[in-house]
Amino acid sequence: MPEEVTLTIDGKKITAKIGQSILEAAEENGVYIPHLCALQELHSTGACRVCMVRIDGRYSASCTQPVSDGLQVEVESDELLEIRKMIVEMLFAEGNHFCPCCEKSGNCELQALAYRLGIDSVRFPYQFPQREVDAEHPDVFIDHNRCILCGRCVEASRNADHKTALEFIGRGKNKRLAVTGIVDLDRADKAVSVCPVGAILLKRQAFQVPLGQRRFDHEPIGAEVESRNPEVRTP
Amino acid sequence: MTTAVKPRIATVSLAGCFGCHMSLLDIDERLLDLVEIVDFDRSPIDDIKTFTHRCAIGLVEGGCANDENVHVLEEFRENCDILVSIGECARTGGIPALRNSIPLAECLDEAYRSGPTVYNPTGTLPTDEELPLLLNRVVPCHEVVRIDYHVMGCPPSAETLWQVLTALLSNEKVQLPYELIKYD
Ligand code: SF4
Ligand code: SF4
Ligand code: FES
Repeated sequence: MPEEVTLTIDGKKITAKIGQSILEAAEENGVYIPHLCALQELHSTGACRVCMVRIDGRYSASCTQPVSDGLQVEVESDELLEIRKMIVEMLFAEGNHFCPCCEKSGNCELQALAYRLGIDSVRFPYQFPQREVDAEHPDVFIDHNRCILCGRCVEASRNADHKTALEFIGRGKNKRLAVTGIVDLDRADKAVSVCPVGAILLKRQAFQVPLGQRRFDHEPIGAEVESRNPEVRTP
Repeated sequence: MTTAVKPRIATVSLAGCFGCHMSLLDIDERLLDLVEIVDFDRSPIDDIKTFTHRCAIGLVEGGCANDENVHVLEEFRENCDILVSIGECARTGGIPALRNSIPLAECLDEAYRSGPTVYNPTGTLPTDEELPLLLNRVVPCHEVVRIDYHVMGCPPSAETLWQVLTALLSNEKVQLPYELIKYD
């Protein structure tokens, strides 16, 4: 069985290793596909759907779809851009995101994606749900207002920290993150460091990085991926 | 010599903190360039309280927290060709909308009766009919009227406001460089 396969992304041929996801193969070839829940060192759960592409004409999450020979993948189109924008706008409408007073601002992947996608207003009515801030842990805040239910922390707690300190409970719009209390969350846990937004934060660290030096102050999210490919210019 | 009629600009602060207006003043000496090419109509900058003419551009700071905000915003929509939401409060509700997940009665109780620094032995709430009525929720401007452009930032920087205004006044596309795009 061959180790490598060939597929096309927006008409361009790339080679990928068997076992890679489309998202990983694209990144390795310098093509950035916007995504929120996938993280290289974690198992992808396909929770956020931001990484949506068309594979042989069918819509699919690129982080969970493995590569195979001859696939034709569409990443950049007006329609896919619109779908990504809508998904990200829904995340803003569904939670309580007050960026001006959020410690994660400037380092937040959700916010950075909104910048990159050109979201200047949210088309869905803001829900302003009633959610809690859990400050019980001595070192860690959990702010449910900002949680986008991406599942990174749950995944990391289970498979990287080998605990199950965090789990999801409830369904649909009542789904939320819960601290199981079976084992203790530790400030050094991977689960604490992987949150793409400001929903899990270490205490006593807020606003330590000055404006102008934050992760996304100068370069859009995805620019580091695109710098691997001389043919792509980050918008 | 003919004097061309200058386009008119109106500005207002609804449920905002005036920070966006301060940021506009922060364009510094470019204010002099600005008044060369526009006239200010209804605005706290010249203290004109009602529209005197139709305006080319209306800049709205702040979202709607009470019935007066809604009324003024509707007036701006009627009187301005282009209506622009300026800043996070106008664009999303912003900091005033932090109260939205708490029932209004509880907010009023905290502010006027049970708050730790409140002295109000009779427990009355402000009821003067001159006072605008609070809405149940603070809402962004585009949930009340049609908004043509949204300018992000808390506040948008002076440079951002300058670039947006000059683009709109010269009929060009508003295209901000990445570093000026900020939700904070
Ligand atoms: S988590 Fe991100 S998007 Fe949400 S308020 Fe904080 S900075 Fe903004
Ligand atoms: S707390 Fe953060 S990492 Fe965990 S599910 Fe919510 S957004 Fe994702
Ligand atoms: S990154 Fe693929 S579904 Fe979230």
